[in-house]
Amino acid sequence: MAEIAESGGGGHDKGKKRAKKSSTRVDMTPMVDLAFLLLTFFVLTSTFSKPKVMSLAYPAKIDEPVDKNAPKLNNGITFLLSKDKIFYYTGEFYPADRPGKDGPTKLTETNFSASGLRKVLADLNSYVLLRKEGMVKKVKAKQMADTTYTRELEQLKGKPEALKVLVKTDDKALCKNFIDLIDEVKIAEIGVIAPVPMLPAELKLLETQLKK
Amino acid sequence: MPKIKIPKSSPSIDMTPMVDLAFLLVTFFMLAASFRPSEPVTVETASSISDKVIPENNIMVTLDPDGKVYFNLTNPEARKEALNNMASLYKVSFNEEQIEKFALMSTFGCTMKELPAYIDLPGDSRKEFKTEGIPLDSLDNQLKNWISYSQMAALNTGKTAYEEAKQKGLAPDADDFKPKFIIRADGKSVYKKAEKVIDVFRELNLNNLNFVTSSEFNPNNPN
Repeated sequence: MAEIAESGGGGHDKGKKRAKKSSTRVDMTPMVDLAFLLLTFFVLTSTFSKPKVMSLAYPAKIDEPVDKNAPKLNNGITFLLSKDKIFYYTGEFYPADRPGKDGPTKLTETNFSASGLRKVLADLNSYVLLRKEGMVKKVKAKQMADTTYTRELEQLKGKPEALKVLVKTDDKALCKNFIDLIDEVKIAEIGVIAPVPMLPAELKLLETQLKK
Repeated sequence: MPKIKIPKSSPSIDMTPMVDLAFLLVTFFMLAASFRPSEPVTVETASSISDKVIPENNIMVTLDPDGKVYFNLTNPEARKEALNNMASLYKVSFNEEQIEKFALMSTFGCTMKELPAYIDLPGDSRKEFKTEGIPLDSLDNQLKNWISYSQMAALNTGKTAYEEAKQKGLAPDADDFKPKFIIRADGKSVYKKAEKVIDVFRELNLNNLNFVTSSEFNPNNPN
């Protein structure tokens, strides 16, 4: 094993009876084995990253029908989610039989990557992101307090110029797609997120897009 | 000719520093490890940039890839109270032992009728229990009742804990004692199913929901 017992002293044998000097070393191998076994066990079983949570505030459910004279959504983007596919249009929805100024709404396809969705949102929400950048610089130069920064960022997100996001899902969309989308929306510092049911006309449009 | 003698060194190595280190690491991992109670379902959540740690006092609804719904409430005292209320509502009787066992259980996903049998099972075989999950359709919305009773029970226990903390001279934040509502949906489950669970919460006027996610790199503040 790891230790070879050395013969103690020896050599001079002049009749004196000496107590045999035994090695004071203990064979530590079994103990080390056990220690490493335990170590491996704990390393493999321990979970370090506690799961995180992403909060999302839903609007309260109101029984009254939606006010028809409610102010029109300006500066909004609507995402239509299907299984691992994502489409969007900006502004209001114009079905094929009731086209708007620029004709009926056309869906644009994008993807969940940084060059797809993140870019779309960053471009559309540049109002907030540019101002945020300015504020971050001020904070770094110690011209603005952290607390002011958080408060002003919240205010900025609520401004009419800030982008608003509507999320509509079809029957096949997965939770992962939904959470990925919300995540990207949060990366783009968008304050207003509303998951809403899909209109039949939108569903029809989405289905024709999916068939292509 | 005299032979050159190579000094015979002992082939043993001093293992003490290594052993010291090994035990140090063992101690660290032993103390740092937190054991999760075995859950009847494993879910793989999607990832997000959020860095909010999961709150201690929570009411959690789990959705597995097949769309089955599971429920969990963390506070043992609140669990007992919620179970008693549910038992009287659904006219299912539990004995003392079952109530005690239920208080220490984790996530469960079965109907009220199945619950006594489920509690009596030993921990390991609960995974194999055949069930359809907690019903949440409009005719038999057990999930809604679970959530509303659990919320009330958790608020009650939270209130007493708050009072106790106040008497100790601490300055407790009332929000910390309120239960948080968490949805843990598998990334592969269909969103419409999660939406149903969300609707149950919203019907109860609980609009601040949290989704369990694993963490990912945040491009906004790279550290």
